[in-house]
Amino acid sequence: MELDNSIIGMTGESFTFEVEKGHIKRFAEAIGDNNPLYINQEYAEKTPYQSVIAPPTFLIAAGANGGDLPLELDTKRMLHGEQEFIYYKSVRPGDSLQCQMKVSDLYEREGKSGSMQFLILDTEMKDPQGELVAISRMNIIYRKI
Amino acid sequence: MATTTSLDFTSLKEGQQLKSLTKPPVTKVQLVKYAGASGDFNPLHTDDEFAKKVGMDGAIAHGMLIMGFLGEYVMSIAGTSAEIFRFRMRFGSVTRPGDQITCSSTVTKIYKEEDTHCVELALKAEKANGETVGTGIAHLRQL
Repeated sequence: MELDNSIIGMTGESFTFEVEKGHIKRFAEAIGDNNPLYINQEYAEKTPYQSVIAPPTFLIAAGANGGDLPLELDTKRMLHGEQEFIYYKSVRPGDSLQCQMKVSDLYEREGKSGSMQFLILDTEMKDPQGELVAISRMNIIYRKI
Repeated sequence: MATTTSLDFTSLKEGQQLKSLTKPPVTKVQLVKYAGASGDFNPLHTDDEFAKKVGMDGAIAHGMLIMGFLGEYVMSIAGTSAEIFRFRMRFGSVTRPGDQITCSSTVTKIYKEEDTHCVELALKAEKANGETVGTGIAHLRQL
């Protein structure tokens, strides 16, 4: 089944992503990133950040906390083509991020193996005051079969 | 150590290439750790048998791990004098355990936004054989 434009604007359920110190540490370790900004509170306090922060790609881990779209997608056809993060505030341990995924666009393009659909999924992440902290934007290639 | 550097906006020039970062070769254990830390348990990244069934030679790295390498690289450039506010990556060739990734960048734009110094970097992640596994863009602003 091809996707049609009626899905643009569709949203998933809101969910909460609790940012934990140990999670940030494990995430940085998996990458092999030894930047003390992610693990050393004493060091981080002396920087303009004034506290430990999360690495730039850490927000991808929010996706494991739910919020799937009410949409039947065939994962075998999906390819993560591009990822973008737009940051408004630093992410810190103890943050409670209110997240919601939205289909922000769907378009078609000719590729090497015929026409392909591109699905743009934006996850907005807000602090408890409702202010935007970041947007995680996935560009999914939906291949024809 | 990455954070002993501080980005000096006054010395940057458009077209300038910045010092690259070569990561240790990707390992299978690293992919398991990344699966756990990111919550992406797609067996394509950890299970050779599964990966072969879907046409790969074996498990392949999460694209987001490579973006993580680029994030490490950009933050090492930023030090504690600049922050990242926009970061994008397009995924190219797959990375397999054993591949060694080098991150490099070129200054593509120097500009001011609300009186704050900003810089746009074009990023590249490539294997030792020169194959591009991803390209990206990062915007940094002075802290």
